[in-house]
Formats: sequence, structure tokens, C-alpha cells
Amino acid sequence: MIVKQPAVAGTLESSDIQVSIFPNPGNGLDIQLQSIAKAQFGDSILETTRAVLAEFEITDAVVSLVDKGAFDWVIRSRLQAACCRATESKFNWKGED
Amino acid sequence: MINAVGREIPEKIGSYVVKPYAGPMETIEADAPVVSKRKPSKRAVGENKLLPDLKAAILATGLKDGMTISFHHSFREGDKIIGQVLTVIRELGIKGLRFAPSAVVNIKNPSIVSFVKDGTINRIQASGIRGELGDAVVNGEVELAEPVILRPHGSRPHAIETGDLTIDVAFIGASAADDFGNCTGQIGPNACGALGYSFIDATSADKVVVITDNLVPYPCVPMSISQMYVDYVVKVDEIGDPAKIGAGATRMTKNPRDLLIAQRCADIMAASRLFKDGYSFQTGAGAIPVACTNFLADYTEQAGIQSSFTLGGMTGAIVDMHNRGLLRTMLCSQSFDAVAARAIAEDPNVLEIDNSMYANMFNKSCVLDKLNFGILGALEVDVDFNINILTGSSGEMMGGIGGGPDVADGADISIVTLPIVRGRIPSVVDKVFTCCTPGSSVAVVVTEAGIALNPKHRSYQMLKEDLDAAGIKTVTIESLRDLAYSMTGVPKPIETTDKITCIVEYRDGTVIDVIRQIKRD
Repeated sequence: MIVKQPAVAGTLESSDIQVSIFPNPGNGLDIQLQSIAKAQFGDSILETTRAVLAEFEITDAVVSLVDKGAFDWVIRSRLQAACCRATESKFNWKGED
Repeated sequence: MINAVGREIPEKIGSYVVKPYAGPMETIEADAPVVSKRKPSKRAVGENKLLPDLKAAILATGLKDGMTISFHHSFREGDKIIGQVLTVIRELGIKGLRFAPSAVVNIKNPSIVSFVKDGTINRIQASGIRGELGDAVVNGEVELAEPVILRPHGSRPHAIETGDLTIDVAFIGASAADDFGNCTGQIGPNACGALGYSFIDATSADKVVVITDNLVPYPCVPMSISQMYVDYVVKVDEIGDPAKIGAGATRMTKNPRDLLIAQRCADIMAASRLFKDGYSFQTGAGAIPVACTNFLADYTEQAGIQSSFTLGGMTGAIVDMHNRGLLRTMLCSQSFDAVAARAIAEDPNVLEIDNSMYANMFNKSCVLDKLNFGILGALEVDVDFNINILTGSSGEMMGGIGGGPDVADGADISIVTLPIVRGRIPSVVDKVFTCCTPGSSVAVVVTEAGIALNPKHRSYQMLKEDLDAAGIKTVTIESLRDLAYSMTGVPKPIETTDKITCIVEYRDGTVIDVIRQIKRD
């Protein structure tokens, strides 16, 4: 899907993550991560981010992640919300099990 | 080589010869007499011990490049003495000092890091180097001549008495002092309570300088430190910031998770057969210990008994328990808040004691040898019950060792209290990043998700029977780790280089762990 507009999901509260997505036409994925848990979970956060972007078939975007120690399922949800907003698409609830 | 808690440690670190931690029963006592640099010295008739300023005092001590200076940390983050003294030392151009306070708290303006960067300090020994200094050390941002040596409270007096740590000049901050050096932390606008950490410095240093902002008529009473150990006295404008020394009483937490952990901790103590008239306990500072003290006081009242003593660092909650008649004596090496600080001066059953009497295992006996229940905080605990109280999830310096290893080893029942996760960071893990307290000395881990007993602890059988009889359920430490990891995921190990930045000593003077420089991108 195409990132049509900048979009944000999440807050800077502790245990949350703020995900911002910006259009990046023709330039691929540029993921920037700031996290208080980077040493132990940085790789895991990036892996989740790439997985969610792949689910939305987003190939061109600048993604900024400011993580305040969110659990993986929070990160996943914030990413999904931001992707829906950025691509102006509705979330596919049937896709979840 | 690998020590008894499975840590890989070189045989020599620079010129430091490693004695590896060998387990609880392996300690060998020295047969040499106690070392002190204190010299017999006569005050000349008419000589003034009260000098006009810090510069005059530092010059009078003969402080030179490469010497060792010490301070106490009883003013906590409100300390204004260390900054003032180091600033004058810098102005005098004295370099390469070994900085050996009882602990380094996170002092800013001026920051300790600046004195390391300009070479005023090139070696550090303390119980902790929390904050900016610690982070600079583990990140390799400052160059020191040797790794930092971190020791538990009980081990510092031992290191001084064996001569491993000799002190040339001790600077002792006091909230009241007279012109001959009798002094105390109990009275005055910047009262901090007990000066228990500085007694060993007063008796062992070559030169002792008392620094106060509250010069009182001779003689200063209470008399925590005697004039017979003091060479010089200096009056400065301000020794501390009372708001940061510890204003008011430490408050009771409203955090339901902390309250639950505190309640469970008190439940365990009350269920033990050792909970009887005359029992003893140590809780310490922080939200969970304070709440736990309050719950324990209620259980003590309900049982119609009285505790004989509490030990170590004191809070207002403990003073309350004492005032309710539920606790006979308070043996204070440190006072964590203003209520606890004041109590020493007002009540003969609240005693200021030497930190060495509290926790040094190489005394003819320390008070910890008599302790029934010891409550400990922790950043991490692992499935071998080893405790990390120093380093955080990115390897950053989060705390000091404090008296935790001493208390765990001394108490009949040592209880570690911590939540299983903090944010995304699991606190019950496979292997702690830095081992400060060996698991063999930890009896119980209490979390909001369950209580785990250490089957290898000497009190296990007794405790298991007592908790079973009281209907208190326990789980395995592995199940707590699994639960934590199910929420957080399995953490990736923190990456380090080979360079050793800190040596972590145990209470017997052996090396329990080292902290290697953290790899940063």
C-alpha cells in the first residue's frame, strides 16, 4: 500500500511507543528507532516493525519509533494504527485470529 | 578463571590481583593487625584547629598528587561538600587523586565527571557510582588509571583495616561541629542523622578535616565524632541542601503493585517461627520497604509482641513503629529522612552506630550476625537467585551495592522484593548482568506474581514448613522468569568489550563480578 499522508499513533507515556509514518516515494524503508529498551529489545522492535509494514505491503516510508518500553503487542497495535492512518485504509479485523 | 557464582574473571586486572569469590564458607581471615594511618600527634599550645577556609585546611593536610581522599555520603544528593572540596583541590593543581567516598551519589554542579576528565581524580573506590559518573565509567567516556572498585558497605571498613584502602585525608561533613572538631550530623539546619559511614575514616585516615556550616560553642553535643581524631575544622557557608538530604518522612506508596509485594513480604515474616517476641528486622529505604515496615508493625501489634532491634538505614516509618512501642531499639548507620535523622538526638533507644559494627563481617561480630529478617531491593534476580543492584537494562549504572550483600548473608531469612517486570524490562532473568549478591545467601524472592523460595538456602526447610503451615503458596523462580519473558520477550544479552571498568567485590573482599565496558553504537 502507498503511504498517502503522515500519520502518528501512540504516546510518549511510559510503556507506550509513538509511531510516526511519513511518505517516502521511491526511496524504500527508512526506520529510525529510539528506545529505552534498545540494548535488550532493539532488534525485536525492528523485526516487529518490518513484519507489520510487510503485512500492509508498505515498501516506501520513513518510520520513526520513539519507544518508552512498550510490550511487543503494544508496538504491533500502534504500528497497525499508524499504517491504517497513513495509507487511509481500514483495519482488516477478519485477518486476526 | 570462573568464580563460585560462574563469572569469568581474569587472574589479574592491571595491578589488581583477583581473589575470586569462592562460596559462603571459603572466607579466610587475615592474621595481621588492623591498619591505620592515624598518627599520635600533639596539638601545640595555642594552635588553632579551626582554619579560615578549605584552601587553608587542604594545604595544612599536606595533600599531594596521587593521595587518597574520602567522604561520607550521608548528605545524599543534597551534598555540597564534595563539590566544594574538589573545586579547591583543582584550583590548587593537585592531580591524580584516588577518590574513596563511602558512596558516590549523583551530584551535579559541579559534576564529579569533570574532576575525572581534568585529572584531579584518576581512581575511584566506593559502594556505588550511580548516575553521570557511573555511566561515564561503563561507557568508557573517562580514563581512569585502574578499574573502579565497588564494595558493599560492610566491606569498606574491612578494606581500610586490611590496608587495601588507605586514606590520606578524610573530609567529614557535619551539620554541627565545634572549633576542636567534635561533631555530629544530628542537629543543625542541614542535619543528616547518623554519620555511621565516616567513623572508620575518622579513626583510620592520616589527616581528618571536619567541614560544617554550623559552628557551635564548645563542646558540640551530641558528639558523634570525637575531637581526638580531628586535625582541622573549617566553616563553609553551606554543606548541603536540606530538601535533597531528605525532607520530611518517606511517604507510604499508593502503587498497588508495590503494596501487594510489601504485604506479601510482611506475610512471610509473620508466618515464620522467628517472628516472636524479640525478633529483629531490617527493611531499608524505598517504597516497598517503607510499606512493608508499616504492615510488619501492624502484625507485631496483633501478635502482642515487640521487635528487639532494627538496623542500618532508617526511615520515618521505622520511627513510627518504635513510637508505637512495637520496636525497642533502632541501630542507625544512616538516616534516610528527616524524621529518622531527628530521632537519634531525641531518643536514647535510637542509636547512631558505626557502619562497621553494622555490616563488617571481620569484626569480632557485626550486628547483622543477629538479624532475623532482611529485606532487599534489586534491579534483577536470576534463576540462581543471584542479585544485581548495580546495572540497568542497558548496562547503565543504576544503583550502589549498599549493604545488600551484607544483609543477605547475615540475616536468617533474606527476602528480595521486586516486580517481575519494569516497563518492558524483565527483572527475573536467566542470568543477571552484574552479580552483587550470591544466590546462596538469598532465601526468598517476592514479586507481585508469586513467591519463590531458594531450595539451596540454609533456612529453606524451616521457611517451607512455616509458609505451608500458614497457607502461603510458593512458585519456582523459573516460573517467575517464564512469566516475565512471556510478557517482555527474551532479552538480548548486553554487549560489552573486553575492557573491565569496575571490579565488584563481595563482603569478604573477594571478587564476585566485574563490569566490562558497554558497547554503544
